[in-house]
Amino acid sequence: MVKKKLVISFPPRLIQEPVTYHLIRDYDLQVNILRATVRPRERGRMVVEIKGEKKNLDRAFEYMESVGLQVDPLVQEMRYYPERCVHCTACTAVCPTEALTVDPASRELVFDASHCIICESCIPACSYAAIESQF
Amino acid sequence: MLRTIDEINAKIKTGKVVVYTAEEVVGLVKEKGVAQAAREVDVVTTGTFGPMCSSGAYFNIKQSTPKIKCGGGRVSLGGVPVYAGWAAADLYLGCTALPDEDPRNAVYPGLFKYGGAHVIEDLVSGRKVKLTAQAYGTDCYPRKEYVTELGLADFNSAVMFNPRNGYQLYNVAVNLGERTIYTYMGVLRPRLGNANYSTAGSLSPLLKDPQLRTVGLGSRIFMGGAEGYVVWPGTQHVPEPQRDANGLPLTPSATLALMGDLKQMSPRFLRAASFTGYGATLSVGFGLPIPVLDEQVMAQAAIGDEEITYPIIDYCEAYPLGRPGSLGRVSMAELMSGQIEVEGKKVPTGGLASRARAREVAGELKERIAQGRFFLTRPVAPLPGAQLIEG
Repeated sequence: MVKKKLVISFPPRLIQEPVTYHLIRDYDLQVNILRATVRPRERGRMVVEIKGEKKNLDRAFEYMESVGLQVDPLVQEMRYYPERCVHCTACTAVCPTEALTVDPASRELVFDASHCIICESCIPACSYAAIESQF
Repeated sequence: MLRTIDEINAKIKTGKVVVYTAEEVVGLVKEKGVAQAAREVDVVTTGTFGPMCSSGAYFNIKQSTPKIKCGGGRVSLGGVPVYAGWAAADLYLGCTALPDEDPRNAVYPGLFKYGGAHVIEDLVSGRKVKLTAQAYGTDCYPRKEYVTELGLADFNSAVMFNPRNGYQLYNVAVNLGERTIYTYMGVLRPRLGNANYSTAGSLSPLLKDPQLRTVGLGSRIFMGGAEGYVVWPGTQHVPEPQRDANGLPLTPSATLALMGDLKQMSPRFLRAASFTGYGATLSVGFGLPIPVLDEQVMAQAAIGDEEITYPIIDYCEAYPLGRPGSLGRVSMAELMSGQIEVEGKKVPTGGLASRARAREVAGELKERIAQGRFFLTRPVAPLPGAQLIEG
């Protein structure tokens, strides 16, 4: 089994495409939708966690590309700027998934993008603009 | 008496001084005991780095030709209004000041992306800011409008003067209400969603000399990367707080008014902050050297994170309405573990002051003393409620 967090972007013409249905039904994948925004006549974006056999995942990627969806790894969506961060750690108390934690020895902030679900709770909590959302 | 300030300064000069940070002496005293540690160590350095809203700087600008009298006029730096109610060319910029056009909390919660603190950070980072002045004009100062761009070096003087810094003891903030609130203690989630604290704990300057036996008016300090001085008790200084067995305050207590040369400061230790829904403020790096004049100084400087406790206060109702009492006390060690228990509920904790940067302040001050670049001063007067050790 392979697990991946992805951002799927829909151009306006594909907003009606039942992507989640195909991923589950045709490729036997577990799909966990973490976040989605759809604006008619603009683009739609969906953050998903997908789990399944590697060969099925590969075929699902081929399918998404063939219909014209843009698929990106999740990492790029929340950007952490360590040079702006002062390591106050205010963000760690509002992060629901422990993507933001404190190193107990150095007392510095640690951002683990693989745990991030782009809930953006950290953004108003950060007073130094050290985290930005590209979502 | 183990040693005097003069003896310590003589050792700094010859490079023989022994300096530990306030974190390091905690372990040293556990290992060797107070008496031995006090004999070995001459100076303990402390540090803190966190938002301190009562901060700002005054400036003196070079005169234009013809001359202008800013006093009684309207002046802004970087688009942020400054106080000009002095003579012709003196200005004060507070770190929480905002441009007139900032929507503040009209669009709630406000973002406060640029205020006085950001102007100060721009200047110490080497960037120029725009000065605009409107004056009424006099026979000796006829000019009525003046617009120019100024960098830090262009001012005759630029002095950081903070009426209240270095709070000895601060609250842990929680929210018992039903909606998210935006405070100077950060974003507080409803129903005890998080608990925020703002202290350097066992590195915190005034907590390591809790009865102010070595610090007073005239103490030389580390301020924003430069040398500064304690110039007065801070506003809201409380001379006689309740204390625990270690002499640590249990209730609001000491504060300091600090001054230093802004031109010598560094953006590493002065950072503008934008508190969502609250305002702009300045995070200041401040460190105090504590001379180990007797064993009690060492005993108190070695108090660890487990022994320092803070009151937990509800910022939804109790704080804004000024209700007395707290929801209990927690130690710095518990706060640093990432989770505390309040009213039977496990609550995640977040900081506002940076322990990592506080460590850097204490470490930098230690290095400067050890390398003979920073000498200690004997205070000229105690802070209210305190008694200085002779020495």
